[in-house]
Amino acid sequence: MHRRDFLASIAAAGAASLAACRSQPPALPPGELLGTALDIGHRLREQALPAASETRKVPVLIVGAGVAGLAAGWKLAQAGFADFLLVELEGEAGGNSRAGRNIVSAYPWGAHYLPLPTRESTAVRELLAELGVLQGDARAARPVYDERHLCATPQERLYLDGRWQEGLLPLTGVGAGERAQYRRFADIIAAFAQRRDAAGRPAFALPMALSSRDADLVRLDRVSMRDWLLAQGFDSPQLHWYVNHACRDDYGTASAAVSAWAGIHYFASRSGEAENAASDTVLTAPEGNAWLTSGMLRSIETRVGQRLLTGALAFRVEGGEGGTGSGPLAVDLWLPGERRTLRVLAEQLIWAAPLFLVPWVFRGHTRLKDAARRYSYAPWLIANLTLSQLPAERSGAPLAWDNVLHRGSGLGYVVATHQQMRLRQGATVLTWYRSLDELAPAIARAALRETPREAWAEQILAELEKPHADIRHVTSRLDVFRNAHAMVRPLPGLISSDARALFAADGERLRFAHADVSGFSLFEEAQYRGILAAERTLRRLRVRFVSSLA
Amino acid sequence: MKRALLLSVFVIASCGLAYELIAATLASYLLGDSVTQFSTVIGSYLFAMGVGSWLSRYVGEQLVQRFIQVELLVGVLGGFSAALLFFSFTWSPAPFQLLLYLVVFAVGVLVGLEIPLVMRILKRDLAFRELVSQVLTFDYLGALAVSILFPILLVPHLGLIRSALLFGVLNVGVALWTWWLFREQLPNAGWLRAQGGFALLSLLTAFAAAGELTTLAESQLYADEIVYSESTPYQRIVLTRWKDDLRLHLNNNLQFSSRDEYRYHEALVHPGLATLPSARRVLVLGGGDGLAAREILKYPQVESIVLVDLDPAMTRLFASAPPLRRLNQDALNSPRVRVINADALQWLEENDESFDFVVVDFPDPSNFSLGKLYSASFYRLLDRHLAANGLAVIQSTSPLYARRSFWCVVTTLESVGLLATPYHALVPSFGEWGFVIAGRRPYRPPQSYDVDTRFLTRETTPALFVFPRDMERVDAEVNRLNNQVLVRYFEQEWRQVIR
Repeated sequence: MHRRDFLASIAAAGAASLAACRSQPPALPPGELLGTALDIGHRLREQALPAASETRKVPVLIVGAGVAGLAAGWKLAQAGFADFLLVELEGEAGGNSRAGRNIVSAYPWGAHYLPLPTRESTAVRELLAELGVLQGDARAARPVYDERHLCATPQERLYLDGRWQEGLLPLTGVGAGERAQYRRFADIIAAFAQRRDAAGRPAFALPMALSSRDADLVRLDRVSMRDWLLAQGFDSPQLHWYVNHACRDDYGTASAAVSAWAGIHYFASRSGEAENAASDTVLTAPEGNAWLTSGMLRSIETRVGQRLLTGALAFRVEGGEGGTGSGPLAVDLWLPGERRTLRVLAEQLIWAAPLFLVPWVFRGHTRLKDAARRYSYAPWLIANLTLSQLPAERSGAPLAWDNVLHRGSGLGYVVATHQQMRLRQGATVLTWYRSLDELAPAIARAALRETPREAWAEQILAELEKPHADIRHVTSRLDVFRNAHAMVRPLPGLISSDARALFAADGERLRFAHADVSGFSLFEEAQYRGILAAERTLRRLRVRFVSSLA
Repeated sequence: MKRALLLSVFVIASCGLAYELIAATLASYLLGDSVTQFSTVIGSYLFAMGVGSWLSRYVGEQLVQRFIQVELLVGVLGGFSAALLFFSFTWSPAPFQLLLYLVVFAVGVLVGLEIPLVMRILKRDLAFRELVSQVLTFDYLGALAVSILFPILLVPHLGLIRSALLFGVLNVGVALWTWWLFREQLPNAGWLRAQGGFALLSLLTAFAAAGELTTLAESQLYADEIVYSESTPYQRIVLTRWKDDLRLHLNNNLQFSSRDEYRYHEALVHPGLATLPSARRVLVLGGGDGLAAREILKYPQVESIVLVDLDPAMTRLFASAPPLRRLNQDALNSPRVRVINADALQWLEENDESFDFVVVDFPDPSNFSLGKLYSASFYRLLDRHLAANGLAVIQSTSPLYARRSFWCVVTTLESVGLLATPYHALVPSFGEWGFVIAGRRPYRPPQSYDVDTRFLTRETTPALFVFPRDMERVDAEVNRLNNQVLVRYFEQEWRQVIR
C-alpha cells in the first residue's frame, strides 16, 4: 500500500518534470492587472461629490456606452436625430464588448461571439447588414454572411481525460445510458425550439421579450435549471456538466442557481440559420464583439458626429418618481478628469448602465431602488495570454476557436488568431475566461479586489499546463482583467418578477435600456433594449422613424 | 557477504522502478494521455510483481543460481525494453500496446521474484525481524534514488533507450557480483559466467550504439535507403534512393518518385500553360522541389516565375543538392525564377500582383490547416491574383481513391464563380491523379504542345478530360473555412483505401 502510493507520487513527479521540458519552470510572464473603473464607481457610495459647476441642456441623454447605449444612439442617429449625448464612465465605449490589441493580434476583454441572428432578431440583422457582414436580404430566412466572421472549423473542443475531443458535449467514455439522456435532452430542447403559442410567438424567443407567456413556460422561472433537469429524470453527470458549463459560460452562474427558463432559453432560442454555414456556427472576430460596438460607434459618428463623452460618472438623477414628474430630469455627472461636476438637464433620459447602480443614483426613488436590489451580479475574471508560438498539444482534436477544459476552474479559452487566413499560426493570443460562480458574489468580489495578478497568473498557467505542457515557456505576457459586476445573474424568479417589469416599462421621460432589463446579458438583449428605448423616445418626441423591431 | 547482498537489493530496487518509469514515460510519449499510461503501466507492473513474488515459492533448490539467472533476464529484458518498444512502434503502432504490457508484465514478474529470493538467501545470516527491516529499507532507498535521478538526470541526459540499457547493465552487474561472491558454491559456475559476460557485452554495445538506434528505428519506416533527412520547423523532409529512384517524403507522405514524377508535373503544367501563348508571369504556390518550375521554364514566353513555398529548407535543398538540381534542371537557380519563402495565404493577402498562370501544388487536404488552402475563401483570394485571361491549375488529390474530395474541389471552385475543368492522369507511384483548371473564361484543351514532353501528346490529351464511370462526378458540398468538409471527405476516403 505504501509502496503503491509512493510509486504513484513518483510517477506524477516524473511526468511533471518531463512535461516541464527538462528545465526549471520559468518565472511568471509579465502583465498588468486591469479592471473596470472601480475607484471612480465607488465614489457613488460616498456622495461627497461636489455640486455642479456647469449646467447643460440636452434633449436626450444616454447614460452608458455599452451595447445598449450604443444601440440607442445608433437608432437615434439612424432616425436623423442628432440632439443627444452619450456618456460613459470608462475611458472608452464598448462595455462588456471592449477589446485590447498588441503586435500579435486584437483580443477580447469580454464577449467574443454572436450566434447567427434569429428571425426575431431584426435589429441585429439590420446592424449586421449595415456593417456588411450580412449580405443580401436582411430578412431572408437563411442569409449569406461574410466568411471572415463565420467561425472557422474547428469551432469547439473539449479536454477530457487527457485527450481533446471535438465539440463540447462529453463523448469519451460516456456509456449508452448517458448518451440516451443526451438524446432525450436534445429532443426536449428541439420541442421547445419549435413550439409556438396561440399568438404565434416562439416559446423562447431572442430577444426574450417576444417569447410566449404561456403559464407552463413562465412557471419554469420558479425552479433552477439543475432542479428542472433532475425533475425531468436527467441524472447523467456529463449532461449536468455540459448544462452547467453553458450556464456558467453565458450567465456566469451555475446551473443550480440559474432559472430553468433562462437555462432552457440558452439552448432553445438560438434558431438562426445561414445560407453558407451550419446553424450552430457563430459570428466572431479576433477582437471578440468589439467589432459590433465599434461599428455602432462609427455609424453614429458618420451620421450625426461625435456624441460620446467618456470618463463621466452619472451619480445623481433628480426629477419626478420614475421620471414621471414634470420638467426635465437633472443628471449630475462627475468628471474625474476635470475634477468637477456637470449637470445635464435632459428632456429624455435613457439609462443604459447596469441596474445595480440605480440605488446609488436614483436616491429618492424608492420603487426603483427596491426593484434594483432584486438584482444580483456575477463577477468575472478574464486573462489574455500572449504566446510566442502555439502551445504543445496532447493527442486528439486539433486547436479550435473555443477550447474548454472539462471540470476546469475556468471556462476555457478562445484563440484570437483563429480567423486568420494563415497556413501556419505562429504567435497568438489566448483569452481565458473564468466566472467565479463557485463563490457567493460578494466573496468573489472581495477575492477579485485582493488577489494579486501573480496568483491568478499562476493558477491559470497551472490549469493550462495540463493540456499544454509548455504553456509557461511560450507565454510572453499575461494580462488579467477583473470585472466585479460583469453581468446580471438570471436567478429563479427574476425574469418573471415585478422588479424586471418595472424597468421594462415605458416612462414619460425615463427609460431603462440594458441587458439587465431582460434579465440576462446577451448582445441581442442589450441591443434590443437600447433600440426599444430609443424608439420609445423618438415616438415621445414625435420624430418619424422606421422601426427596427417590427 | 551480507552487506554486499543488501547493496544489491538497493541496485535491483532502483532497476525495478526504472523499468517501470521508462515504460510508462515511453507509452505516454508515443500514445499521449500520460495519466492513463502511467496508471495502467504502474498498475500492471505492480500486479506482475505480485505474480513474481507468488511464483518465488516454486523456486526450491539452488537459490543463488536462480537469483543470478533472474538478474540476467531482468537485465537483458529490462535493458532492451525501451529500444524494443520504440522499434515495435515505428514498425507498426497497432500491436504496440500489447507488446508494451507483455514487456511490463514480464519485467514485473522477474522483479517480483528478486526480493523474495534475496530474502531467502539472507535468511541464513539474519534473524527474520532484521531481515525484513534491512531488505525493505534498501528496497525503498533504491526506489527513492531512481525516482529522483530519473527526471533530473537520466531522461534529460541519457534518453529513454540509454537509461534502460544502463539499468540493464546494473542488473547484470549484480548477477556477476553475486556469481563472484558464491562462485565456489555454484554448480555451473563457468556456464553462468559466460551467460553473464554475453549479456553485459550486448548491453554495453547497445549502449554505445544507442544514437544509431534511433536512426535505425526511423529507417524501418522507409523501404529504401535514406540519403537525406532534416526536421524543419514545418515538416520532416526525407529523401530516399533505391537504384536510380529518388523519392521525396514530407512528414512520411510520398511527394514524388523520380521515376514517374514527369507524368505528374507535365500533367500539372502543360494542359493549362500550353493554351496561353502570351503567358508572361507565372505563380507557383507550393512546389518547392522546383519540378513544376522546370516544366514552366520550357516556355520561352514566360518571363518570370514567382515560387512561394513555406519552407526555406526545402527550396534550399532543391537549389543546392546536385542530384536534385539535375532532377529539376536547376530550375530554382534560373534567373527567371524568384523564390519566396512565405505562408502562401499571407503572401496572397498582402500582395496584389496578378499572374497569367498559377500552379497550386499544395499537399493533400489531410488536416484543417491544409484544408484552408482548398476553401472557397482561398479560391476567392486566388481569383484576385488571376489576370483577365489567366488560368490556375490545382492539384486535387485522386479522383479514384478520393472521389468526393476531388469533386469537392471542383464544386468549391465553381462556388466562387470560376469555371472549372477537371482532368486526370495516371502517375504509377501515386495512382490515378486529378487536377482542375480554373479561370473566368471557358477553357479549351491544347491542340498541340510546342515544348518537349515525355508523357503528354496531342493525341492522348483529350482522354485526360474524360472521366470513366468510377471517377464520374459526385455531389459534394462547398468546402468553406467554417465547415472544412473536404478534410472530412478526404479522411474518410483515404481511410478506406489504406485498410
